[in-house]
Amino acid sequence: MQPIDVCEVQAALNRFANQDVYIHLETTNGAYASHHNEGFFSAGAYIRNGLIRFHRGKITGNRPYRVGLKLDFGWVYAEGLTDWEMTEKGQLLLAGHDNEGRLAVALQLSHEPF
Amino acid sequence: MERHILVVFPHPDDEAFGVSGTLAQHAENGTPITYACLTLGEMGRNMGVPPFANRETLPLIRKKELEEACKAIGIGDLRLLGYRDKTVEFEDEELLADRIGEIIAEINPSLVITFYPGYSVHPDHDACGAAVIRALKRLPKDKRPTVHCVAFSKNCEQDLGKPDVIRDVSAVIDKKLAAIQAHRSQTEGLMKAAAKRGGDALEWLKTELFWTYKWED
Repeated sequence: MQPIDVCEVQAALNRFANQDVYIHLETTNGAYASHHNEGFFSAGAYIRNGLIRFHRGKITGNRPYRVGLKLDFGWVYAEGLTDWEMTEKGQLLLAGHDNEGRLAVALQLSHEPF
Repeated sequence: MERHILVVFPHPDDEAFGVSGTLAQHAENGTPITYACLTLGEMGRNMGVPPFANRETLPLIRKKELEEACKAIGIGDLRLLGYRDKTVEFEDEELLADRIGEIIAEINPSLVITFYPGYSVHPDHDACGAAVIRALKRLPKDKRPTVHCVAFSKNCEQDLGKPDVIRDVSAVIDKKLAAIQAHRSQTEGLMKAAAKRGGDALEWLKTELFWTYKWED
């Protein structure tokens, strides 16, 4: 993956708009967050291969970035995004890595199931 | 005396801590106030202490809290614009400015109160302020109302200088506290903690600070 280029990511988001696409969305503090820091309240969630259709996708912020996808009946949102990649299969991968390079958030779009 | 005040904030309770004293004073002077609130704070993390709201009931609870706060302050015209919390920055900027522009055209305010874009910490705050400025920029410069902005980012004084409007609202502090307490789901824990600390923990509420927006063009 490489550091997010806003223009390129925006262009990639636009290419997924107005069609059925598969989404992977996750946030995580890591499985050991509460183990290493007892006072830390760890929480996270993930969705694998949700099928969505959005009519507007937008990237904002200034390192880290935020992405919002506006659906006909809802929203998808992720914050803390730092890096991106377009895979050979045409999947858009967005991720947020913390200061130690660990994944904290991932937002991915694909035309085929992941 | 102001002719009509328009307040534009994204979340129920944005008005309570920073500007409700100012608004209560204007209301006492007989100035009509319109409050355009962009969202219902649907994504709030505070659910009450102990929790009495959940992700699905929170919007309706916060709507009622907002209506109660408006009553306490003396806001007669509350407009709920129906956007969703944490998504304002992803809306189409022109369309958002259109919505706010319609209200400006309708009520012709002499004073607009909103967040200072870029200096208000939460992305919804910055996007809200930016949309208000965008809407007002469509008017000729000499037709624009005064804009008083709330700002609280760490660098706001460094970039914007000291706030140029400093208002003592101690005369209406009871109304301000009532407005804050109306947002029970969001403020009860905070207010209880402040009461526990005692002393001058709530002293800062008696002063409200604004930066008059300076137009570049």
